[in-house]
Amino acid sequence: MTDDGGTEPLAMDFEGAGDGRERALALLLLSMADDEFVIGFSDSEWTGIGPILEEDVAISSLAQDELGHAQALYGLLADGVADDRDADTWAYDRPPEGYLHARLLDHHRGDWAATIARRYLYDTADSTRLEAVAGTSYQPLRELVAKIRREERYHLMHVQTWIERLADAGGESRARLIAALTTMGPDAGTVLAPLPGETALVRHGLVTEPFQTMDERWRDGVGVTFRRLGLAELPATADPASARSGHSNAFRALHAEFTMVRLSEVGATW
Amino acid sequence: MVMTAPVSPASVRARLATVHDPEIPTVSIVDLGLVHDVRVSDDRISVELLPTFVACPALEVIRSTVVDALVGLGRPADVTFTFAVPWTTERLNDAGRAGLRAAGIAPPSEPADVRCPYCASASVAMDSVFGPALCRSLFYCRGCRQPFEAFKPI
Repeated sequence: MTDDGGTEPLAMDFEGAGDGRERALALLLLSMADDEFVIGFSDSEWTGIGPILEEDVAISSLAQDELGHAQALYGLLADGVADDRDADTWAYDRPPEGYLHARLLDHHRGDWAATIARRYLYDTADSTRLEAVAGTSYQPLRELVAKIRREERYHLMHVQTWIERLADAGGESRARLIAALTTMGPDAGTVLAPLPGETALVRHGLVTEPFQTMDERWRDGVGVTFRRLGLAELPATADPASARSGHSNAFRALHAEFTMVRLSEVGATW
Repeated sequence: MVMTAPVSPASVRARLATVHDPEIPTVSIVDLGLVHDVRVSDDRISVELLPTFVACPALEVIRSTVVDALVGLGRPADVTFTFAVPWTTERLNDAGRAGLRAAGIAPPSEPADVRCPYCASASVAMDSVFGPALCRSLFYCRGCRQPFEAFKPI
């Protein structure tokens, strides 16, 4: 594989030691795909029970987008890894501890304020990560991210509107938003916590800046909004070394649900 | 030895122009700007299409309709989707924009420039960025008092 965009199999070995380019790239793809898959599936639980009709449609569209992004990212992994796993295998056939999503997404979607808090923290961090991946040396990912960023623009508009609406409403809306941000705050930075193999990611131009730089840029942007809305500054990331492991019971319940149909008839084509 | 008749990429594109978006029957996939590349060799036809949205659920229907439309050209068709360039709303041509209006969908433009597809009034308001499909927003026309959909600029 060449640094300027080969598409040969990654020959990746998750169990392997070292921080080679192929393993680092596979971890990057899988962490991004798992993030999108988990938040997409989790937010899709609002379909049919959104707080107002327009919002029911909106959150369903957002969830559908995230699942589509996950499918495309799992597809890149399936194309790049030299085995017979396809996108569905990556999405559904791992035990809960095999998923690499950020701990922020281990929080249950909760009430509407919690869903908005989680979406706000995730979408702003994800958007910062996409900026750093937009110039990646891996051509298939560069092409996909160019497309994804055009869609995520709408996600940011949506969540920016909602966080202002809840914060400015005062009363119960603001109290619930603050409660959710207080609970999730220490895990917010897990989306941009350094991945194993970060050195290789940066050295090979797979991301164009280190995670620490992404995290600082993201906190600057969130800080501007939070100060304007009178919200407390986000705390430092709790336990960044385990940012993508040791998943919660809420995620185990979600995993049981999203694998249920697949497991009901193993090997079936749906 | 069986000889297959020569097939030009232009004749493949002519057939693609008969394939319509499954959700918008007044617009062909050519006018929508979905066709990225067409290549013809002696033993196959390769068509590369661009998804409008990554999660568009119509992709499989479009793929199979394209395969059906290319039957009879003496070689099988491979239809794949690519992100080689991002599909953007600038790829819609004038026929595509007219076709959207005919279906009651305002062609994509910045929200301030959206016109009602029924009465062309500029007195419209966006109800929601998110509509019944990933690619569409919801508007209301104060001129003819009709709700309508607008293609999202992307």
